[in-house]
Amino acid sequence: MANLTINGKTFTLDVEPDTPLLWAIRENAGLTGTKYGCGIAQCGACTVHIEGVATRSCGVSVGEAEGKKITTIEGLASGGTLHKVQEAWIAQDVPQCGYCQSGMIMAVAALLNEKPKPTDADIDEAITNICRCGTFQQVREAIHTIASA
Amino acid sequence: MNKHVSPKMNRRAFVIGSATLGAGLAIGLDIPFGGPAMVRAADGSPEIGAWVVVRPDDTVVIRIARSEMGQGSLTGLAQLVAEELECDWTKVTTEYPTPGQSVARKRVWGDFSTGGSRGIRSSQDYVRKGGATARVMLIQAAADAWKVPASECKAENSVITHTPSGRTTTYGKVAEAAAKLTPPAEVKLKDPKDWKLIGKGVKRLDTVDKTTGAMIYGVDVKLPGMMNAAIKDCPVFGGKLKSFDEAKIAGMKGVKKVVKVGDTAVAVVADTWWHARTALEALPIVWDEGDNAKVSSESIAKWLAEGLDDAQPAYVGNKNGDAKAAIASAAKKVEAVYSYPYQNHATMEPMNATALYTADKCEVWCGTQNGEAAFAAVLEASGLPAEKCDVHKVMLGGGFGRRGQTDYVRQAVMIAKQMPGTPVKLLWSREEDMAHGKYHPITQCKLTGAFDANNNLVALHYRLSGQSILFSLRPEALQNGMDPAAFQGVAQSGEAAFGYSVPNLLIEHAMRNPHVPPGFWRGVNVNHNAIYIECFMDELAQAAGQDPLEFRRKLMSNHPKHLAVLNAVAEKIDWDKPAPQGVYRGIAQVMGYGSYVAGAAEISVTDGSKIKVHRMIASTDPGYVVNPAQVERQIAGSFVYGLSALFYGGCTVKDGKIEQTNFDTYNSMRISEMPKVESVMVPSGGFWGGVGEPTIGVAAPAVLNAYFAATGRRIRSVPLRDQNITFA
Repeated sequence: MANLTINGKTFTLDVEPDTPLLWAIRENAGLTGTKYGCGIAQCGACTVHIEGVATRSCGVSVGEAEGKKITTIEGLASGGTLHKVQEAWIAQDVPQCGYCQSGMIMAVAALLNEKPKPTDADIDEAITNICRCGTFQQVREAIHTIASA
Repeated sequence: MNKHVSPKMNRRAFVIGSATLGAGLAIGLDIPFGGPAMVRAADGSPEIGAWVVVRPDDTVVIRIARSEMGQGSLTGLAQLVAEELECDWTKVTTEYPTPGQSVARKRVWGDFSTGGSRGIRSSQDYVRKGGATARVMLIQAAADAWKVPASECKAENSVITHTPSGRTTTYGKVAEAAAKLTPPAEVKLKDPKDWKLIGKGVKRLDTVDKTTGAMIYGVDVKLPGMMNAAIKDCPVFGGKLKSFDEAKIAGMKGVKKVVKVGDTAVAVVADTWWHARTALEALPIVWDEGDNAKVSSESIAKWLAEGLDDAQPAYVGNKNGDAKAAIASAAKKVEAVYSYPYQNHATMEPMNATALYTADKCEVWCGTQNGEAAFAAVLEASGLPAEKCDVHKVMLGGGFGRRGQTDYVRQAVMIAKQMPGTPVKLLWSREEDMAHGKYHPITQCKLTGAFDANNNLVALHYRLSGQSILFSLRPEALQNGMDPAAFQGVAQSGEAAFGYSVPNLLIEHAMRNPHVPPGFWRGVNVNHNAIYIECFMDELAQAAGQDPLEFRRKLMSNHPKHLAVLNAVAEKIDWDKPAPQGVYRGIAQVMGYGSYVAGAAEISVTDGSKIKVHRMIASTDPGYVVNPAQVERQIAGSFVYGLSALFYGGCTVKDGKIEQTNFDTYNSMRISEMPKVESVMVPSGGFWGGVGEPTIGVAAPAVLNAYFAATGRRIRSVPLRDQNITFA
C-alpha cells in the first residue's frame, strides 16, 4: 500500500513501492491523462510535476514519490478555469494527435513558473519532449504568446 | 462551445430500423444518401442522410468514417460536409460510425481507410454530396410546412428562409420532417469560388480534450472487470514460440494467466499492465528463431547491392528513348550509389487494442487507421460472423501508416478469446513496438547520368534495388510481379509523376524482399526516391557546372506544376541572392499523392559534422486547400518526421532482429533542433491532392544538398548519425 498526494487528493493505493509512479497514476489512481511513451525517461509523455518540478514519472518510483505533492495534467486547471498553458494551447491549436501534449504542457507550465518570459534558448534547453507529429512550431509560438501576455 | 465529442464507449450509436446484416466485407461500394426508412441516432435525433444527424437544439452531428490521428482530417471532412449543408459551424460536432454499422448498412459511409493521404481527397466528393443532400431535404421539409415551393427557400447558418415572405425556421425544427423525405436523386455541389468554410483555417474540433488529459486513446480504454496484457512476439521475424516456463512466474503479483498467442507470441494477463509486464520480463521463453536469425544488415546490403547490377532482372517503371545506349556513347558520365534504411513509425502511443470476447460477440476498442481492416481482423481472429463483431474507434496517438495494419488487433482478440467474458487490454511495450514494426522498406539505388559535349543531360538510368511493400502487404496490387508503388515520385504519369524530361530515361526496380516486414511509413516510397533523384540532380548540376535550380528548370518545361512549386520555394528563400555569411542552401522537388511539392533549406555546418538548420521552406500545390492552418501543420510535422529519420533514424538488423529498442537508440528531433517551417501554398485548383505525406519527401534532400553546398561532401546514405553528423 502507498499513499500518494495527487492533484491535492490523497490516494491510498494497493501498489508496490518499486512500481514506476507513471503506472500508479494511470492504473491505480486511474488518471490516464499522463501517457506512457518509452518507460526510460526519454520521450517526456509521462511528465508530471513533483513539488512543482517537471519530472518524467516513468523514472520515479512510488516509494520516492510518497509524501510529495504530485500534479498531473488533470490537476493543472484550478476549479473550472483552465491553466494559461492549456488556454494558449487551445488558442494556438497546438496538438495534432495530442498524445505527447499532456507531458508537453506540464513541461511548459513548469518552465513558465520558473521563467515567466523564457527566451528561445530557454525553451530549447527546458523542453526536450518528443513529439512525433512535429508540433514544435506551435509549441514555441504558444509559449511566447503566454510570455508576452 | 465548439467541442469535439469523443467517441463513446459501450454504446450502440444508432438504432437501425430495418437493417439486414451483411455476411462479411465483400460488399460493393454503395453510398445511398438516406433511404426510405427513417434512421435515428442513439439519442433519438433523426438522421438526414447517413452523414448528418440534426438535433432539436440545432446541433449538427457529422459522421466521419476516416480516422483522426493528428492530421486534422476529422475537422477538414466536417468542413466539407458543413460547407454544403449550410449549417452553423459553431454547432457542429462529429461522430465515428463503427465498421460493423457500416457493413450492416451496405457500406453507407464508404471506405474507412485513412492512409496514402487519401482521407479528404478520395472522399471529398461524396461527403460534400452528403451535406448537400441533407440541406435539400431540410429545405424541402420547411417548404412543405409552409406550403411553398422549395425553390423560394434558402438555407444559411442552419436557418431556412422563405425569401418572398421572410419567414424563417431552423434545421432543428424541421429535422424530423426532413428525415422522412426521400432524398434527392442528384444534388449539385457548389462552385469552389462560392466556398465559405472550405479554405478557411478554422480551429480543430478535437483540441480541448487533448489539453486536459480527457481525450481517450486506445491505451486509456477502461471496461468493467478489464485485465491487462503484455506480449512478446518472436524477436526474429518468421520465428516461432517454442516454449515458456510458466511455473517460474507462478504467484507473481496480479498475474491471472499466461497465454500462447498464435504460433509466435506469448502474453501475460494480469490485473495491471505493470504487473503483466513485470511478470513477462521474468518469464523464461525459448524461441525457435529459424533461418532468418542468420540475416544481418550486412547480408541485406550485400543482396541489395547485387540487384544494382544490370545483369539481374528488374521491373521497368518509366522509360523513354534508350538510356543504356545513350550512356554508352556519352561525352561525360556521372554515377553514384545511394541507400536508405529501415525506419520504425515510432508512434508516441505504442500499439494496443482492447478486446471483449464472449461466445456470441466480439468487440474491440482501438485506434486504427482502417476501421474496416480492423473489423475484418476481428472476424478472422474471433471466428465469429460480421453481425456478432464490431470495432469501436478511439483517438490514435499517432499513425503515420503503422495503424493501417491490424497485427495488434488480431493479437488482442486471440488473447481475449482465451478468457471469454473478460475484457483484455493488450499494450505493447515501446521495446515490443520497436521490435515488431512494419518498417519503411530498405533500398539502394544506382544512378547514372550522361551528358553530351555541351553539358546537356541526354540520359538518366535510375536503378532501384530493394524491398516492395505491396509484395508483402497487398500482393493483389502487383502488376505482373511489378510493384507500381515502388516508382512513387519517379513514375511515368499519375499521382506521383516524375517532373523532369530526359531524352533517354530508364527507371527500374530490382525487387529484393528481405524477411523484415515492410509497411507504409509516412511518405512511403517517396522518401527514398526523392532523396535519390533530387540529390543526384544536384550531382548532375555540379558535373555540368550549373546552378542546381537552373539545371532543374531546363528539364522541367513540360512539367509546369512541378516547376511552379519549385519556383515558389526558390523565390521565398531568395535563391537568386547570396545566402547570409556561412549559410548554405539546398533545394528539392517531387510529386506524390497527387500533390506537387518543393522544399528549400538554409543550413550552416561546423567542423563538417554539426548541422544547424536555420530555415526550411516548403511549397505545395494540392489542388485545393481545405484548411490552411492544418495544411501548414502537416507540412511542418512532415519535415520533423522526415528530418528525424534523416538525422537519427535507421533500423538495423542483427541475428535476424531489429537492434533498436527505444528512443535512446532510435531518437527523434526535439524543439531545439527544428526551425520554423515556412509554408507556401499555391493551390491551382481542378484536382485534389493529399497533404499529410507529400512534403516529407523534400525535407531530407533539401538538407543534404545544402550540406554539399556547405562542405563539398556528398552524403549518399541515411541516417547521418552513422557518419557522425548531428545537429549543432
